[in-house]
Amino acid sequence: MADTATAPEPASTAPAPAPATAPAPVSRRLPVHKTYKLYLGGAFPRSESGRSIPVTSSDGAHLANAALASRKDARDAVVAARSAFGPWAARSAQLRGQILYRIAEMMEGRRAHFVQETVDAQGIDEAPAQDLVSAAIDRWVYYAGWTDKIAQVLGGGNPVSGPYENNSSPEPTGVVAVLAPQDSPLLGLVSVLAPVIAAGNTAVVVASERAPLPAVTLAEALATSDLPGGVVNILTGRTAELAPTLAAHADVNALDLAGAGDLATQLETAAAATLTRVLRPEPFPDWHALPGLARITPFLETKTVWQTVGR
Amino acid sequence: MSDRPTPHTVSTPQESGPGALLYAPAPESRAVVSLRAAYGHFIDGEFTEPGEKTLVSVNPADEEKLAEVSVATEADLDRAVAAARRAYDGVWSRTSPSERGKYLYRISRIIQDRARELAVLESLDNGKPIKETRDVDIPLAAAHFFYYAGWADKLPFVSPGVPAPRPLGVAAQVIPWNFPLLMLAWKIAPALAAGNTVVLKPAETTPLTALAFAEICQEAELPPGVVNIVTGAGATGRALVAHPGVDKVAFTGSTEVGREIARTLAGTPKRATLELGGKGANIVYSDAAIDQAVEGIVTGIFFNQGHVCCAGSRLLVQESVAEEVMHRLKERVARLRLGDPLDKNTDIGAINSAAQLARIQDLAEAGRDEGGEQWSPPCELPSRGYWFAPTVFTGITQAHRIAREEIFGPVLSVLTFRTPEEAVEKANNTPYGLSAGIWTEKAGRIPWTANRLRAGVIWSNTFNKFDPTSPFGGYRESGYGREGGRHGLEAYLNG
Repeated sequence: MADTATAPEPASTAPAPAPATAPAPVSRRLPVHKTYKLYLGGAFPRSESGRSIPVTSSDGAHLANAALASRKDARDAVVAARSAFGPWAARSAQLRGQILYRIAEMMEGRRAHFVQETVDAQGIDEAPAQDLVSAAIDRWVYYAGWTDKIAQVLGGGNPVSGPYENNSSPEPTGVVAVLAPQDSPLLGLVSVLAPVIAAGNTAVVVASERAPLPAVTLAEALATSDLPGGVVNILTGRTAELAPTLAAHADVNALDLAGAGDLATQLETAAAATLTRVLRPEPFPDWHALPGLARITPFLETKTVWQTVGR
Repeated sequence: MSDRPTPHTVSTPQESGPGALLYAPAPESRAVVSLRAAYGHFIDGEFTEPGEKTLVSVNPADEEKLAEVSVATEADLDRAVAAARRAYDGVWSRTSPSERGKYLYRISRIIQDRARELAVLESLDNGKPIKETRDVDIPLAAAHFFYYAGWADKLPFVSPGVPAPRPLGVAAQVIPWNFPLLMLAWKIAPALAAGNTVVLKPAETTPLTALAFAEICQEAELPPGVVNIVTGAGATGRALVAHPGVDKVAFTGSTEVGREIARTLAGTPKRATLELGGKGANIVYSDAAIDQAVEGIVTGIFFNQGHVCCAGSRLLVQESVAEEVMHRLKERVARLRLGDPLDKNTDIGAINSAAQLARIQDLAEAGRDEGGEQWSPPCELPSRGYWFAPTVFTGITQAHRIAREEIFGPVLSVLTFRTPEEAVEKANNTPYGLSAGIWTEKAGRIPWTANRLRAGVIWSNTFNKFDPTSPFGGYRESGYGREGGRHGLEAYLNG
């Protein structure tokens, strides 16, 4: 694999003036580059396949090597998400909200890093990149506030005839495979991921194929937010390689096709084999728009419980 | 014994002992039903002439022909969908919401007016006992129309945050044979209340109450094309679902067909509600009120001959009371009366079709082959028609086919458990997730268990109860979407 030492670094400090006495030592400090890995079960492993893929900026400059996840990584991610599902769904709704809010806090602390990655990935100026990062952070805050309101807004008592109490309540559907939007690597990603876990599901995310680095940096924020390992698992790699495995996986309950592109029909067909719930991609999504419940309800089940009333 | 008055009912040893109850036959008259010899489809407000290709609907209790119905051709489907589209664009979407609601109220009232006739017709066509059609199917069908009628002018209150929802357009609806008119009501009432028009296909073995419903639409003066009924078998349903002119598909039936529909709809803008199979667990804890639990077990699996997607077909009984529960269960099952569906004393009617009977027989054979112990009460089956005695399998493990596959018949598989955790683990060990039951007198145990069960409908200390206000539908391979209640309307509206 190519070394990443050629990646352009911001020249933040001027070279120190040479000391009066020769010979001059090489004093420029070598920066320590981040290795971009997968986020799987709360850990940051490389792909089990040992593969990586160079990631370039929008103008073609090399940025880093990202892990090139394999289908086995995808299956491992489903296992991690499944084992995290029960405990995550069982946490109190308010605690889930506090953890989502904590994610916003952690992102705010890494704002400069997210802005730089957004500039690199999308080839935009810093000001719009700042706006995108702000919107992404605020989206976590938005969904943090939803966690303990979903049940009241969507559930309730049903006035059935007869001596019965009858209540319907929303429950998370389980493990959700999320194909993150391809051309909105941070705000788009947060917009599809946050509602899935706010509702109590766990997620296996396939990051934007061309611009996966913001997703890995988001994983670092997730890993320091008291979010239990396995609730979110992030794969970087080729959508066309990973998505069919996830779509056909019998232990995946729902599939968000936001970043599926031309694969959408094929993946929806594969998902039909186990009646996996499918959220179809929107043709022109506006990731800045206020999302409401539209991305929460597709990942909920309604459970209705009848109880006999008697003395 | 010798003086038993009717060949339709079954004698059991208990009934012949001292103090046994003897039942005089109490058949409901079928004179209230008048059938045509042959039916066409109901398209654009009119019955078409019967087609060239027909199906015969028989009475499964005696295999007598009831009527012939037409098999829809592609041209029939095109005309039905076109009529529904015209009615949607031209009339129904321009009818004020409160007037739409009033049509549904009318329909509900006419179903009530004709309740006796519909109950007898349903019993004849389906084979289910008249006491069930009279007390469950028909009243609930009327109640569904009455409930959704009231929603028609309140649609801004359906989905929080969606102040101006829009109907989807033309709905293709395909329904099963186990609750023919009730499933029609579950489909048509919310669709119409939300402002859609429909093309509905009833099951090939039970089309007759849907055709009677077409007459009710005429009597209610429902605008032509708002409801269209086409008859046929699986191929007709497949073609209707795939028809490019429909915007929405609602299906109740097998998981196998549900998968096929989901595949067909992939890549299209059509939305789907799929209400599919199940393998419901009925959990009886050691502290349950045993007699009530036994009634619930019987209702869970023998109601409607077990032709119920949410049937409690797996009994999970706590080991410490298993022996007692099984003893009382067998005593109770031995007193069930199998026979003439039109007899008001009948508990268990006929199996709906020869094909379904063969499937039940196959799975029962698999249960025996895999080492299960099969028990049925002494039970003489009528010589004509399709019948299967109420059956209980013990010695079953989770690996047995009859503990995993939906039988859709009066066959109960019994498993035991020791701890609540084990009960939940076993209950959830299925690809389905439609229903479950919990029997306990311990208050905290009900929500503890219900919270952990991955199923859409959970009955505690009761089973197989339905209500128009109560959302119904499954998790996982039992399908998606809900029918009933506010939730049921969301499936017919755009945000």
